[in-house]
Amino acid sequence: MSSATIIKNGRIIDPKNNRDEVADLYIVDGKISEKPNQDILDTAEVIDATGLVVAPGLVDLHVHFRVPGQKHKETIRSGTSAAAAGGFTSVVCMPNTSPAVDSVGTVQLIKDVVDKEGLVNVFPTGTITVGRKGEALAPTGSLSRAGIVAISDGGKCVQNTGLMRRAVQYAHMFNIPVIDHCQDSTLAGDGVMNEGFVSTKLGLKGLAAAAEEIIVARDTVLSTHTGAHIHLQHISSKGSVDIIRRAKSRGVHVTAEVTPHHIGLNDSEIESFNTNFKMNPPLRTEEDRLALIQGLEDGTIDCIATGHAPHTDYEKDVEFDYAPFGVIGLETALAISLGQLYHSKRLSLSATLSLLTSKPAEIINLDKGSLAAGADADIAIIDPNETWTPQNKKFFSKSSNSPWIDRELKGKVKKTLVAGNLVFDENKILAE
Amino acid sequence: MSWNRKDLITIEELSADEINTIFETADAFKKVLGRKTAKTPALRGKNVVNLFFENSTRTRVAFEMAAKRLSADVTSLDMKTSSTSKGETLRDTVENIRALAADIIIMRHSAPGAAGYIAKILDIPVLNAGDGAHEHPTQALLDCFTLREKFRSLEGRKIAILGDILFSRVARSNIWAMTKLGAEVTLVGPSTLVPKEFEKLGVQVSHDLKPALADKDAVMLLRIQHERQNASAFPSLNEYTSMFGLNKERLSWLKKDAVIMHPGPINRGVEIDSELADSDQSVILEQVTNGLAVRMAALYLCNGGNSEAVAV
Repeated sequence: MSSATIIKNGRIIDPKNNRDEVADLYIVDGKISEKPNQDILDTAEVIDATGLVVAPGLVDLHVHFRVPGQKHKETIRSGTSAAAAGGFTSVVCMPNTSPAVDSVGTVQLIKDVVDKEGLVNVFPTGTITVGRKGEALAPTGSLSRAGIVAISDGGKCVQNTGLMRRAVQYAHMFNIPVIDHCQDSTLAGDGVMNEGFVSTKLGLKGLAAAAEEIIVARDTVLSTHTGAHIHLQHISSKGSVDIIRRAKSRGVHVTAEVTPHHIGLNDSEIESFNTNFKMNPPLRTEEDRLALIQGLEDGTIDCIATGHAPHTDYEKDVEFDYAPFGVIGLETALAISLGQLYHSKRLSLSATLSLLTSKPAEIINLDKGSLAAGADADIAIIDPNETWTPQNKKFFSKSSNSPWIDRELKGKVKKTLVAGNLVFDENKILAE
Repeated sequence: MSWNRKDLITIEELSADEINTIFETADAFKKVLGRKTAKTPALRGKNVVNLFFENSTRTRVAFEMAAKRLSADVTSLDMKTSSTSKGETLRDTVENIRALAADIIIMRHSAPGAAGYIAKILDIPVLNAGDGAHEHPTQALLDCFTLREKFRSLEGRKIAILGDILFSRVARSNIWAMTKLGAEVTLVGPSTLVPKEFEKLGVQVSHDLKPALADKDAVMLLRIQHERQNASAFPSLNEYTSMFGLNKERLSWLKKDAVIMHPGPINRGVEIDSELADSDQSVILEQVTNGLAVRMAALYLCNGGNSEAVAV
């Protein structure tokens, strides 16, 4: 006997298939289905989505789930709970764990934990270099066979350009992208915030936009010469957007992501010395912020990724200089994206959702982010107009290092389904 | 004239009125310091704790002496040898000190924002004795107090600040204080230490010493800390001195009788010729003396003292 669910009367928005209509969506045995026959319909569970948007489950190319090694910050259970609460049904986790994901055994360990406690699809990545040290290539082929979807030194950038060229050439052979945190370490120095007027005023050490732009430029050159696909993480500056735009116009195979916080905030937030605004790359100027949004509008930037980076309260509750970089983002990403792109009338609802669904899935050749018949029934049911206010210690993530605490947001995930199973429903995680 | 603050963290947040309140209170304490028994009971029974996470001689001693002149009990802690080296967080350190019945904390710390951070945690007054390159409010107050003694008012006065501005909390606090009091401020030094970004604070930025010093009423020199800048912002101390060091000829570019200031410690022969530091135009030691009265005023006001009736 097949199990079936009908999501009734919602506004189905499936950007990949240009679908935007009020209709019923059918799920049979964990897959999206055409309308099934009557005896299946008679026993189907019904979810009423009247007045709500039914979208593909969101896809995030950039999360840090801290497993193995840093379970005080996040676990697979808490991280995937945060994902489900944010409407994300597929996440790509970065390999800067402890130990780093530079061996087949570590990939397998993550997959085992995900099988046991994961609530959404988790796709691991492997490192570019052994131990993320930027010295010797990690075994990309073996890691790829073990199931990684991309390689990245996650939070670090390979400084040796000769080595980076070999890494992208080698990864190209396996048809997996190299994901780069673009940063020249000599220019970045020990900067803790964007270098500019605010850092000058506050006396905080600056992290220049040039540090990112130089590596973005380098990577476009390496991609040009090797044909390899390089995905540029959390682009933060206007200069980077310009470089990527020009590279893409020449057909260079680079893709780029931007985070919700970089399109929603600027470096003036640091005046409070609140460490929940400390991340790397840092929040930049208002001019940069607007250029990032422009980049999303014109397709220069391909998608939105959260960079979800949990840290405990006691790690963040220190002097600004000493706080770790990074903020959580899974539970607020949809609302910020809707606010900056859809509610602000820059993009349609469908175009905004594509940046969180089909577009990121395409970047890593993932068969997700679609509501076509036959696709996995990974679904987010959304009220784009509901307002809510994130509160400290009220996140599904194990950590609360969010810049959005106590700020009213518009757009809320009501239900999340993974392979047809309801995993999040009205502020509650449903776990078997 | 009023003072409603628990803490003294930045000059940026003060109004010109509040700065003048501190000056007038300091005037009263300066008179006390001239008496035979130069001590007042204003902070009798209060525990003042000096928390210094960075080296300091004059600021720490000046705060200690100021608190003692107000009859407070003073404990000074050199935190480099204390529990932070064992991994204790700043929050835990200051909450422990608070639990020992501290009434006022004075803190110097290498991290910008550190003083404001603990002021939010604690219910007792916190005085910032320097937080990284951010602010050093009592230094700016004593500098402007000294200029006010020379010129009666800073309104319309032209002041050059010369040297390492980028890494200087003294420069930042003085920029705020001087501009709030109506002075015109020019920052001068090598481009790597005096970024143009400062112009947005309402000051001029120059890398050319002669026009920058022309017609100035005062020049404030900042210590060049070549050893501290891991990425050298200029080639050598010799080159700095040849380009930007204050010497007799360059002194003549200023107004006649212009005032020479320096927050100390001085590198004789680097940012200033030795004999100029000791000349009649130098007010370097007056700055130090005024630091006592200004810090007494700051402690007194943050402790809830009445500026209208200074308890002397």
